[in-house]
Amino acid sequence: MGPGSLILLIICGVAFAGGGILLSQLIARSSTNSQKGQPYECGVPTEGNTWIQFNVGYYLFALIFLIFDVELVFMYPWAVAAKATGMFALIEIIIFMFILFLGLLYAWKKGALKWM
Amino acid sequence: MLLKIFDFSTITAAFHLWLSGKMSSVLVMLIEMTIAGMCALGLFVFLGLVLVYMERKVSAVMQIRIGPNRVGPWGTIQAVADTVKLLLKEGLTPDGADKFLFNFAPILVIIVSMLILAPIGFGKGLVIWDLNIGVLYISAVSSIGVIGILMAGWASNNKYSLIGAMRSGAQIVSYELSVGLSLISVVILTGSLQMSDIVNSQANGWWIFKGHIPIIISFIIFVIASTAETNRAPFDMAEAESELTGGFHTEYAGMKFAMFFLAEYINIFIVCAIGATLFLGGWMPFHIGGLTAFNDIMDYIPSPFWFFGKTFFLIFVIMWFRWTFPRLRVDQLLTLEWKYLLPISMVNTLLVTLMAIMGWYF
Repeated sequence: MGPGSLILLIICGVAFAGGGILLSQLIARSSTNSQKGQPYECGVPTEGNTWIQFNVGYYLFALIFLIFDVELVFMYPWAVAAKATGMFALIEIIIFMFILFLGLLYAWKKGALKWM
Repeated sequence: MLLKIFDFSTITAAFHLWLSGKMSSVLVMLIEMTIAGMCALGLFVFLGLVLVYMERKVSAVMQIRIGPNRVGPWGTIQAVADTVKLLLKEGLTPDGADKFLFNFAPILVIIVSMLILAPIGFGKGLVIWDLNIGVLYISAVSSIGVIGILMAGWASNNKYSLIGAMRSGAQIVSYELSVGLSLISVVILTGSLQMSDIVNSQANGWWIFKGHIPIIISFIIFVIASTAETNRAPFDMAEAESELTGGFHTEYAGMKFAMFFLAEYINIFIVCAIGATLFLGGWMPFHIGGLTAFNDIMDYIPSPFWFFGKTFFLIFVIMWFRWTFPRLRVDQLLTLEWKYLLPISMVNTLLVTLMAIMGWYF
């Protein structure tokens, strides 16, 4: 089947998840209580705002990921053609990988890969 | 070839021809889509029930327990009973939660795992859409899943959820690189991104046997990284029970929680299916060169059995990991990826390229 199958699968996913949730809302018993909606946190009321600033480390990893992910996308068309292209493809990718590896080494030396 | 009798493409083509003779093309398309949709939904339900039961039985065996044995014969209806229980639970939405995102996240997670099913060949000719960029499609769609997890964690208005979602996000995006590089190593050898081409290239031997040590290394990296991608133990930082209660789905209850739970199991199936397709030959039977009689017997086993057999073997390995290794800390997790797996897989990709160009494989 063609690209239409993706629309079909999205419809299936919405039907499956949405249908299940709706069905459970229809048949499950529910009761309201002022305590019930509180965030779960070891039994005592939550202190302060929940949507807080979090560790900058996650952001650093996201940035390095972005660089390497773009690299990976570039490598897909190369990978398809590599065997047919021969030695030239290997030399090319060694240069490409070397530059990226230098980037990784730089991040490593700068301590970006260390969890704080 | 004996393989021909189990070729599903002839059956589907004959069915298409038969329908086309009877009604208009729009109706034919609608009927075929309905059947395919029913199959996808059926597979979802089947996998959910089977994998939950399998997980409980495997963990019971690992810990020398009996596991579920009361509901139905050998406890086989236990998973159904659990589903009914979850269906009857009240779905809570906490105060101050972002209601739209909170309710949309489980649906998004399910949609993503549904979409990845498209290019996977369950048997010879048994595929929803065999698109020519299959591997790229899989790696593109699977990375949407992390958005659902981040959405759930952020919208829950709970600190545990937020921390769990952030950890999970960092972990999934990091390990995606190693998964991508190990997928690329097979693409280099095959020269195609299409899943059916990759399977057909393994007709005379699976890549894990043909590809020597570099492919074995990338298979090991793939298994480790995909365990991390699916948030399974020992990499289950996202839902480390002892520190974050439930991680990103702490606030979810009832059916919405069930959707996350199901999506996790479906994702395990999907990564194992991809591993089985790329490294273990997909639906290709096991052949030993020279032994014609043995090969013919292997050909008699229908292709879906091969596919599901290999996939469930990999699933068993991933479940085995859970009861063998202790959970890593978040810093160890990121160190493992960025300082070990990523450099190793980069060098390994170069080795595979050299091997492919020089023809040093069978």
